[in-house]
Amino acid sequence: MASPNSAEPLLSFKNVRAGYGEAIVLDDISFEMPERGSIAVLGRNGVGKSTLLLTLMGFTQLRRGSIIWRGTDITRLAPHRRAQSGIGWVAQEREIFANLTVEENLTVAARPGRWDLDAAFDFFPRLKERRQSKGNQLSGGEQQMLATARALMTNPALLLLDEPLEGLAPIIVEELVRGLRKMITEEGTAVILVEQHAEVALSLTENAVLLERGAIVHHARSADLLKDHATLDRYIGLRVADGKPAQA
Amino acid sequence: MTPTDPATAAPAPTAPHPHMAAQVRWRTVEYVFWLATLLPFVVAPDYLALASQIAITALFALSLDLILGYAGIVSLGHAAFFGFGAYAAGLVSKWGWGEPLSGLLIAGLAAGLLGYLMSFVIARFRHLALIMITLGFGLLLLEAANSASGLTGGADGLQGVKMWPVLGLFKFDLYGFTAYWYALIVLFVFFLMARRLINSPFGLSLRGIRENPVRMRAIGAESGPHIRKIYTIAAFMAGVAGAVLTQTTETVSLGVLDFQRSADILVILILGGAGRLYGGLIGAIIYMIARDWFSGVNPQYWYFPIGVLLIAVVLFLPNGMLGGIAQLIDTVRGRRWFGWLTSPPPWLRSGSKP
Repeated sequence: MASPNSAEPLLSFKNVRAGYGEAIVLDDISFEMPERGSIAVLGRNGVGKSTLLLTLMGFTQLRRGSIIWRGTDITRLAPHRRAQSGIGWVAQEREIFANLTVEENLTVAARPGRWDLDAAFDFFPRLKERRQSKGNQLSGGEQQMLATARALMTNPALLLLDEPLEGLAPIIVEELVRGLRKMITEEGTAVILVEQHAEVALSLTENAVLLERGAIVHHARSADLLKDHATLDRYIGLRVADGKPAQA
Repeated sequence: MTPTDPATAAPAPTAPHPHMAAQVRWRTVEYVFWLATLLPFVVAPDYLALASQIAITALFALSLDLILGYAGIVSLGHAAFFGFGAYAAGLVSKWGWGEPLSGLLIAGLAAGLLGYLMSFVIARFRHLALIMITLGFGLLLLEAANSASGLTGGADGLQGVKMWPVLGLFKFDLYGFTAYWYALIVLFVFFLMARRLINSPFGLSLRGIRENPVRMRAIGAESGPHIRKIYTIAAFMAGVAGAVLTQTTETVSLGVLDFQRSADILVILILGGAGRLYGGLIGAIIYMIARDWFSGVNPQYWYFPIGVLLIAVVLFLPNGMLGGIAQLIDTVRGRRWFGWLTSPPPWLRSGSKP
């Protein structure tokens, strides 16, 4: 993949095959990303986008291949070690600690680094206003912000975002996208972004991969893919200008 | 490639977070509570034996609260550690060492060691499986104590426990005067320890594990070691509680290991409010006094009103007495019902933004 940095990649997947129990979901996945890179992972439902992130965190069974993180093989590393080594994961289900306050949800994840409580509150001012509220008293958008902020509190070198915009009101989407853009472009946080909103995801990231039935079928620069309506249409059935129905 | 080295860029993780520091501060109601524990000396000197039983039960409930209320480890066999500590303290004394404080320590360590061994099994399971395992473990220990009658005295109880005076000065008297202040001080010391523990980052991690262990792993805290640690600590505390019972009554019966005791302590904790520091303490006070009173009123069917009390609490105060009180305070302060009228929540405000 085009990378301005020829040094050691931040992360690379080498021929990874993974799944749950007997079921194989991902097969022969290979890609790499540089420090401060950003990748959008696109594809229809059920092609293995979330599984890709779960595999990176160590929550699936990895059958073949390896995952290299900053030059170290983490293929067999326990999930909490991966988190400690700088991978932060925001799950699709958000998984807020329902009975902890916003502040406790954040401090429980705190690890030394640039992101502390104040930085997180600066980033999501709304969370500061609700700092004493319990996790289960938050709206969906606030929960998403909290999940993102909580991952940031671990001061990750790489942030995994699983459909962060799902089910949010447009105004909240706007706010969150603004935050993510700042994080990715200005602050250079490395991000893998799984998202159904292809256009938003592509506008935020540098590179993109398209998944189809557990395999990577297309690699591109996000800016190029954004214009490549034919490919988008074929793999995600995005209704673009030419109005062709999605191919089965 | 990162612009700043994370290790040097921020304050040390050990610096206390302000909101954690705020929780550590003592509230007035806490001072009142602990001063009130001295009342029995003045108000009810005839009931000091009961008061010491309450203090022991409170310590036992506090130990269960650490694992159940804070770490979410269900246990139906917590009496195993209480009983193990009770027998350990009894045997130490029977074998010729009647010094109470070192006896407490030995009993605590023995129970803690048992808890540590057990914790490797506990950390692997959750929910229903835990109920079965702890239940089975408790029954096993009870039968072991029953059949090892040469050591434990079996169904006749352990005879020949003789305690020396506390610090060589204060003899355990018939009225329970020494027993109560002794039990109370032990309770207070362990309460301070528990309070410190749960207001630490470790305590917060435990609550995270209770809420969602997978998520805790994903933010870098493996639940296994945390659970093993707190389980060992709780077993130590339960053992000490058992030891205090042995030392203040100078006898040990099989009842200390009974399933009934495990069930009672669970009821007490739920009654008071699990996951709250004072839940077990309040629960112990209410339950023990109610039991004493009901059994005086009607010696035959005294469990009936206890059952009514339990059902009422679970129906109307699902978070226990303390949970109910907290809710009441919220309501009175208007936070819950009327607060949003005076200060609209942020989502309303930003929704009206152009």
